[in-house]
This record gives sequence, C-alpha cells and structure tokens, in this order.
Amino acid sequence: MNANPIDLRAKTHWVWRETLAVHRRSPETRLASSLSPIEIFVALYYGGVLRFDPAQPLAEHRDRCIISKGHGSICMYPILADLGFFPMEELQRVCQTGSFLGGIPDPVIPGYETVNGSLGHGLGVATGMALGLKRKGSDRRVFVVVGDGELHEGANWEAIMFASQHGLDNLHLIVDDNGISMLGYTDDIVSHDPLAVRLSAFGWDCMEVDGHDVAAVQAALLQMKASCAGKPKALIARTLKGHGVPGLENAQLSHIMNPKPELIDSLLEQQP
Amino acid sequence: MSIKPLAMRDVLLDRIWQAMEEDQKIFFVTADFGSPVLDKIRADFPQRFVNVGIAEQNLINVSAGLALEGYTVFAYAIAPFITMRCYEQIRVSLALLSEVRPMNVNLIGVGAGYSYVVSGPTHQCYEDITLMRALPNVRVLSPADHVSAGALFVRCVSTMGPKYLRFDAQVLPMIYETGAPDLDVGFHIHRSGRSVCLVATGYMLHTALKVAESLSAAGHLVGVIDLFDISNFAADQLETALSSYAGIVTLEEGFRGRGGVDAMLFEFIARRGLDVRMLNIGVEGTYRFELGSRAELHEQVGIGHNSVLRSVTTFIQSLAN
Repeated sequence: MNANPIDLRAKTHWVWRETLAVHRRSPETRLASSLSPIEIFVALYYGGVLRFDPAQPLAEHRDRCIISKGHGSICMYPILADLGFFPMEELQRVCQTGSFLGGIPDPVIPGYETVNGSLGHGLGVATGMALGLKRKGSDRRVFVVVGDGELHEGANWEAIMFASQHGLDNLHLIVDDNGISMLGYTDDIVSHDPLAVRLSAFGWDCMEVDGHDVAAVQAALLQMKASCAGKPKALIARTLKGHGVPGLENAQLSHIMNPKPELIDSLLEQQP
Repeated sequence: MSIKPLAMRDVLLDRIWQAMEEDQKIFFVTADFGSPVLDKIRADFPQRFVNVGIAEQNLINVSAGLALEGYTVFAYAIAPFITMRCYEQIRVSLALLSEVRPMNVNLIGVGAGYSYVVSGPTHQCYEDITLMRALPNVRVLSPADHVSAGALFVRCVSTMGPKYLRFDAQVLPMIYETGAPDLDVGFHIHRSGRSVCLVATGYMLHTALKVAESLSAAGHLVGVIDLFDISNFAADQLETALSSYAGIVTLEEGFRGRGGVDAMLFEFIARRGLDVRMLNIGVEGTYRFELGSRAELHEQVGIGHNSVLRSVTTFIQSLAN
C-alpha cells in the first residue's frame, strides 16, 4: 500500500467512473454526495492511512472507519469491491433483490462498521469506540467521515465536546465539506462557517485541505495520524458536490438531481 | 440479601460495582445522574466509568461504541430522558445495529411512572414501556422491588443485546423476601384466584397485591402475577397460568390504551385464543400538573388502590352476570 500520488489520482478517476456507472445502473443511489468524498476514501483506503483486512472486515487489528454520511458514500462500493471485501460482480446488482448493496449502505456490507445514513450518529459511536480502544490499550485508530450538512445534527456536538474532554487523540474526523445539504447551500441554511475555528474552539486539532487534491488529502491524513497530542483531530476537506459532472457540480439541488443517462454515458465514453 | 427495602438502583449498582473488580469488560456510562453507590464505581473504577454530561444522545452512541469494542455497558439516566430524548439513537445504534453485531448495552432508566412525585410530567414516565417494546431486539425489564431488580444483573451480563431496565426512583417495600423470581420464566405468580387475575408490572404490583388482599376480605379470591420481563416471558407457562380465569386485569403505571402492557396482553391473549375478558388499568392519556402524594396522584388518574378496587369489583360483578 505504498501508492504514490499518481496511482492515487488514477484510482480516484477509476472510482469516479465506477460510481457513475453504479448510479447509471441504479439511479436510486445518491450520486452528487457520493462524488464529493471520493478522494477522501481513496486516500484512506489506498493511501496507506487505514489498516484493514478484507478477509476479516471486523478483525480486532483493523483501524475503524465509520462512514456516517451513508447515502453519500456509494463510491465506497467500487472501492470495497476492488479491495476484495466482496466480489466485483456485486456492483452489477446494487439496489436489486438479493443484493446487500442498497441505496443507503447498511452494516451488512463487509467494510461498513455501523448504521449510517440516518445522519449524526457515526461520530458519537466512533467516539465510544475510540474511548474503548484507549481503555483496552489498543493503538488502533478511529476515522469518521461526515458531511458538513450532517453537522446540523446536535448529537455531533455532544460527541465533539466529549472527545476533546477525554483527549481522544486516536479519533480522526473528516468532514466532506461540500457545502450543500438536500435543499441548498449550508451557508444559507445554518452556516458552520468558520468550521475550523469552531472545532478548534471545541478543543480539536484542525486542518483544512482541498478535498479534490488526493495527494494533499493523503498527506493531511498521514500527518493527522502521526500526531497524537492528546486532542482529537479533524480534517475539513473542501469539496464539490457532484464533482466532475456538468450541471450537477455544486448545484443547489444536486442532492436530489439525477443526471440524464445519456450524460453519464457520454462522460463514461469521454475518458478511459 | 438485605432485609430492609432498598432503592432498586442502589442494589443493581452495588452488584455492578462488585463485578467490575473481576470483570474488566464492564463499563459504566452515566448522563450526569448519580447515587451514593455510583460514587463507589466512580472512585474505584475511574478507567471504566464515564460521565457524558447531560447528553443522552451521546450516552447511547458512546455506549454503542464501547459495546462494539467488546464491553458490557451499563448506561444510566432518568427514565424519560434515557428513552425519549435519544430514541433514534437507541433505534439505530442499539436495536438495529445489534441485529448484525454482538452488543451488550443495558439501559437503566430510573423514575418509572410517577416515582418522581413532585417533579411533574417532564420527569415522570408513562410512555417508556410502549416505546421500548416497539423496538425489536430491545428487552424490557420492569422489576417491582429491589430483590428482583438486583437479580437482573445476571440477566444483564449473561444475555447479549440491548435491554431497558425500568426502575422506580423510590424505595419500595420488599416483595421477594425469600429470594428473587425465576428470571427465565419472566413472570411470577404471587396469588392464585378463582375468576380474575391481576397482571401487574413495577410499582403496580404493590397496588395489585393490596387490592387482592382487600378483595379477599370481601370474599373475592383474585390471582396476582408480576410480569417483570415484558419481552421474553415463558409464553406457554403464562398461557397455562391465565387460562383458568374468566377475566384478566392489567395494571401499569403508564398510559392506558397506548401500546403498553395492556396491548401486549391483548395481543398475547388473541394469539393464544384464550376465552377471557380484559380490564386495563393505566394512566388516562393526558398530562396533569396537579401536585400530591403518589397515592393521591394515582387516585386522580384511576390507578390508586381505591380506584383499582372499585374497577376490579365492578369487573368481577360484570363477569358474574
């Protein structure tokens, strides 16, 4: 897993294409919110950040990765299949009878830790796991991926306060800060700005990064992981919802927009 | 076993405290709710005691995370808050997740029914049985005294899955003086009667036993059953116990006709095809702000001793006609 930035960029593009292809076959999936965190997941899973074992997804020696923004993580389907968590053929059956890959991922999927998609739960559960790992004397880490819209759920802030109170420096929060929830721009709804300042004020070490520069995301994650200074850590990844899809990218209602099949087909034909 | 009545929570907390020395896997989480016995846990096991603050949503999620890491978790708060403030956390992170993950989280809710007598409806709890029994995988346990409450410790550590323990906040008279009821049966027959059986849970078992005494003096022998495991009782044995009666009276310190023990018994009787009539005694579905003793409040809402005695007497007479 010594992927260099070039490999990661290629992988990012492959995941982007495969995510479009999954959505083309299964339009019930949420596309726009699954395109913004691709670099985050590629850096986590291919960039030497997470320790995992596809043959034993819940092995004690894994790092825990909680994907709280469930419906906005369909890009994880090709990643998990590619890494061997389940066969690649499963990608052909998303949302179909008998498949375990639904419109919103469930913990029956190998590689998914908890219930997600109902927003605002992942960080609190991750906080409990981080505390449990500390008390067990384990050096394993906990990563949580949330959306910025999801931070409107107050339970997150209970967990944010708790994590700093207990110095959970094995806990890593990654915010897919695409700036859009279902009905519009989060800045117009209830703004988190300035999120890094807010998290810092709550006792977290906070970094910001261009979430579509996969090498920068990887570097930030590795730096975060290396530093354990008695504080929980957050990475705010500035991303674009619907990244790379004309008409969808950063559109106010992108969460509930489905690009036309012909557009997806043309995008898939354009680039290898 | 103590010979004087104790608070349910203190007895269970003492059992937990005793076990935490040997069992390194027990973790105790509170939402800033205490008791003198809890101070021992806090002092002696600071590494496995955590106060999340007044934050019940996080109480549940942190407990779920600890359980996923293999801990047997006891989560502790006031009953209406540990059930209703964080209901979706319980649904998602406990009921739903325990479907596919081994987890052991025991929610201890203190303050069943009217037990916080002068605190009013925010701190009283009449909805929790309904809400918690609506969730698959969540076991609802409702003891009537400190002996049965303490005995539940064994059930908490030996059975995986989420559980809700509905505890009274007051020190109630001891009922199980000769030993705890059989946890595997889930209910306990205190008296046998002729035509009517009272099925009660929690505090209302005390009322049921007194009413049965009063009725006995008037020549009516009624049965009394303590239903303390509302989710997992021995169904065949309960059917046998109930099948000889013409009438069954449910008694709960919770809303009547809103999915509590009354509904559970209705469903049970219907499924089992028992030919029996039912009378349900519970709190009428309104929130009230009157102050008074618990007995006075109970009379106001139809679940006090005198009210129950009248209702059951009328019910017995109606069965005879």
